[in-house]
This record gives sequence, structure tokens and C-alpha cells, in this order.
Amino acid sequence: MNIITKLLMRRAAQTVFILLGVTLVTFLMMHYAPGRPFAANPELRLDPTAVERWFQLRELDQPLPSQYLSWLSRVTRGDFGISLIYNRPVTELLIERLPATLLLTLTSFLLSLSLAVVLGTAAAVKRGSVIDSAVGAASLAGISVPGFWLGMILMMIFAYRLPWLPAAGMRTPGGGTLVDLAAHMVMPLVVLSAGSFAYYVRFVRFAVLDCLTADYVRTARAKGLPPAIILIRHVLPNAAIPIVTVAALSLPMLFTGALITENVFSWPGVGRFVIASTLARDYPVIMFVNFSMAMLTALANLLADIVYLVVDPRVRLNQ
Amino acid sequence: MARRRGNGRGTLQIMVGIILILCVASAALFAPYLASHDPLHTDAGNWLRPPGGGHLFGTDRLGRDIFSRVLYGTRISLTVGIVAMFLSVSIGTTMGALAGYYGGFTDTVIMRITDLVMVFPSLFLVLSLVAIFDPALWLVVAVIGFTGWPGLARLVRGEMLRLREADFTASARLVGASAPRIIVLHLLPNALGPLLISATLFVPAAIMTEAGLGYFGLGIQPPVPTLGNMLRDAQFYMRHAWWYAAFPGLFIFISVFAFHLLGEGLRSRFDVRSARRSNYA
Repeated sequence: MNIITKLLMRRAAQTVFILLGVTLVTFLMMHYAPGRPFAANPELRLDPTAVERWFQLRELDQPLPSQYLSWLSRVTRGDFGISLIYNRPVTELLIERLPATLLLTLTSFLLSLSLAVVLGTAAAVKRGSVIDSAVGAASLAGISVPGFWLGMILMMIFAYRLPWLPAAGMRTPGGGTLVDLAAHMVMPLVVLSAGSFAYYVRFVRFAVLDCLTADYVRTARAKGLPPAIILIRHVLPNAAIPIVTVAALSLPMLFTGALITENVFSWPGVGRFVIASTLARDYPVIMFVNFSMAMLTALANLLADIVYLVVDPRVRLNQ
Repeated sequence: MARRRGNGRGTLQIMVGIILILCVASAALFAPYLASHDPLHTDAGNWLRPPGGGHLFGTDRLGRDIFSRVLYGTRISLTVGIVAMFLSVSIGTTMGALAGYYGGFTDTVIMRITDLVMVFPSLFLVLSLVAIFDPALWLVVAVIGFTGWPGLARLVRGEMLRLREADFTASARLVGASAPRIIVLHLLPNALGPLLISATLFVPAAIMTEAGLGYFGLGIQPPVPTLGNMLRDAQFYMRHAWWYAAFPGLFIFISVFAFHLLGEGLRSRFDVRSARRSNYA
């Protein structure tokens, strides 16, 4: 059996174990936390007997172990339950909101990663130059600035002081052109990308620097290859490995960033829905979100391991 | 020559980082003496005043002095950052040292727990915990400290694996030193460099998390001023009162920036890999 299959199987088993742990802890905390669904908003003046009947209907009066087991058995069949508040399938509710979040996160991912590759490589090649210092300072600033504060400052300047950009939302009611959408995206994108650019660019710089010192680069230089060819043909392909790994591992982080950005700019995505549902104790939504975030993190880790295996022969030989 | 320059740059970062940290820390420490007003004192006739006229950073929606509130908020941020760092470093070092030194079954169990904590979506953990307990200072510290250690544990474990086969470990074992003695006196001191860098970089991350919790209304609750909950209030007055949001955020930025600078400086000074790099190019 080849080593990747073996690793995949071992990791799959570990992931199942970890997911069981995460869902069990989430389940227990959720149920022992004070506050039940519909209790957070007393102004609703719901009829207590009606709420009680609703809970019975949804089997919330069952003992906790049997509730958890029945949740598990439904999940194995791909059924994540129905929202207590919206009375619609959880997956459906999230899929409706996913495109808005993906539009934001994926654009930001591509933007910040490509910018980081270009500037990080420039900084590494011109080590100690003005470019290097500027990239270093930008990266330090990007890591140090709280996303929600940056968002507020941008909004104050570019939406209120200078009325150039729309302050919130995804499109102007009645608007709906592509330009309108792009204008709404500018500030959320800047906020979301500032942090991830700062994070990626230092890895790109390290990775490229690491390759620049390698023996094969010295050989290529000794052969008399022009620097641009050395960079494109020898350095970048090798530097790509750690960069891809870091980018893969950062995917869950992008979603956490989206949570904050979406709240600042009232972006109609998953992030706002998740916070609202958690505060409203919508049990099935909470379980699904925690499950999928843990799954996403585990998959990102696995992806990084596989990339390592594929590209580093030493890891394979050690097995 | 090149090596000397690499070290010089690290030194500058370390110096500036330490000076900035000292400034922020003394602002926090001496908040009672530096504050021009009681941070909780409301003044209904003076709300949303711009900076100046006895209020260095202006006043907030209840006429409270923003300068004084920022000083007390910085106090909380730094406390959370540093205490949570010590908590995480203690847990991470213990876990990592045990896993790395003993290996085998101990290692497997500890590393699976580490994976579990690492994968756990901590934001939702926070949301749930905040609902169970009132979000007080100790809770925020505990949440950040108890979820932040897996990275440190992995780091220490790696160092232990590297060091436990070293000759000095073997000779210590040969003269009959006990396992705890070897770990504490021989192995950990050798892992101090990377641990110090990680610990320093943990502080800004914790400060940022605390501010984020405050912004979402999940941190320490008003009227206690924290930089995060001040920004939460400020977001409703952005159109008319720029100073309301600007100053608390600026203090988060400066605190986080200072620790990052120190961490980066320590890294370029102590990290073997970057030292090797600085010999080249």
C-alpha cells in the first residue's frame, strides 16, 4: 500500500475521533449553558406551553445521551437537522448565505496571496533594500491592526467624510450592477486582506530566502544563468511548497476573519448568521457550524501533511 | 560582516519594542495617577465633545473622558495578554515536555488532546462559556490561556525530541539524574530561545482576541472600560465622533505592534535558521 493511502487512512481515523470529541463537548456545553431557544427575547411574549410543545415535537425533552446519539445517527446519513427558529434545514440556511461569504473570502484569498508572492519575492531578492524594509513594515502593521478597527476607520474616512464608497451591505437596493457590487466589496476586502497579506508575505519572504541560499541556486548562478531565469525556474517552484502549505492551513482563519468583517460591514454572509444563531441558542445550527469548522480545520491539516509527503522525499523514506 | 548586520537589525527591533512596551505598560500601571478624570464618571452635559478643553481624547456618548478610559482599558488588555501567556506557556511546556521526553503512549495521548484543542473552534467555545458564566476578567484570561497552548506544546515537544538524544542528556541520565531533573535543568534551558520567541508573540495575539471579544460584546462587560467594548460603543457614533473609535483602537495597535516588534527582533537574533540566512546575500 502506498504511503499516502496509509497516511490518509490513519488521519481519517484520527479525524473521526477528534470530530466526535468536538461535537460531544459542543453538545454538552450548549445544553448546560443557561438560556434556551426563544428565551433570549422575552419581548416576543411566546406562549410557554406552545414553546414546550415545540420542544417536545423536536425531541428536546429526551435525555441528553439519546439526543446526542440520535444527532450522530442522523449526521452519518448526512442529515444535520432543522433550525429551531427558522424551521428549515440547517444546511439549506447556510448554503443560501455561503455565496456572499465565499465571494468575499476567495477574492481576498487570491488577492492577498498573489500580492504577498510578488512583494515577498521582491523583498527576499532585494534583501536589506528599501523594498524589503517597506514590506517588513507593512507586514508588521497589517498583523498589528485589529480588523474591526481598520474597518471602522476606513468607513469613517471613505464613506462618511468623503462619500466615495457605500458604508455597508452588499448592493444598493435597486442597484445590482457589477460596479455597485465592486464598490461595496472594496472596504471589506481591504480589511480581510490586510491581515492575511501580512501573514503570507513573511512566509513567502522566508521561503524565497531559504531557496536563494540553496546549492542548486549557486550552481545555476555559476552556470551563468540570468537572475530572472534562476528566480522563475529554480527558486519559485521550490519556494512554492511551504507557501502552499501555509496558504492551505490558513483557510479556516479566513472564515474567522470573515466573521468579523461581515459584522463590521453588515455583509449578508454566513458570519452574521452564525453569531446570531449562537446567541439565539439555535441548537442544530450551532452543532452544524462547530462540526464543519472542526472538519475544515482537520482537512486543512491533512492537506498540508499530504503536500509535505508529495514534495519532500525524505519524509517518505523515513516511513 | 553580514552576520553582524543581521544581529544589529534584531537589536534595533528589540530596543524599540521594549521601549514601546515600557511606555504602554507604564501608561497602564500608572493609570490612576495619569488619568485626568474618573473613567466611570458620566457628565450628561458634555457628551461627544471633541479632543481638547480638558479632555485630551474627547468624551464618549455619556460624557466620560476617553483618555482616562483608554488608560484603564490598556491595563486590562495587558493583564489579559500577559497572564494568559503565562498560563498557556505553563500548560504548553508541561504537555510538550512530557510528550517529547517520554514518547510512546504518553506522547500519543497528549498529542491527541493537543489536536483536539487545536481543532476546536475557539470562538464558539467562547460564545458558549460567556453564556454560562458572566464574562469577567478571569474568564477571558482562562479562555485564551486554555485554548492557546497547543502550538507551544508542539514546539516544546519538537525541542525535547531533538535534545533527549543529546550527549549531555545521556551523561545526566548516566549519573542517575531523575527525569524531572533532566527535563527542567538540562532540556528546557536549551529550548529557551524558541520558547521565548513564541511566548512573546503570544501576548499580542491574546490582546487582539480580548479586543475582538469586547467588540462582539462577549468580553468584560461595561461599565468596566476595555479597549474592545469602547470600540463596540463607538461604532454607532462613527459619523460624528471620529475620536471615539480612533483612540481606543490606536492603543490596541500600539500594544500589539510593540510585542510583535520585540518578538521579531528576538527571532532574528536567536533563530538559528535566520542567523544562517543572514550569512548570505
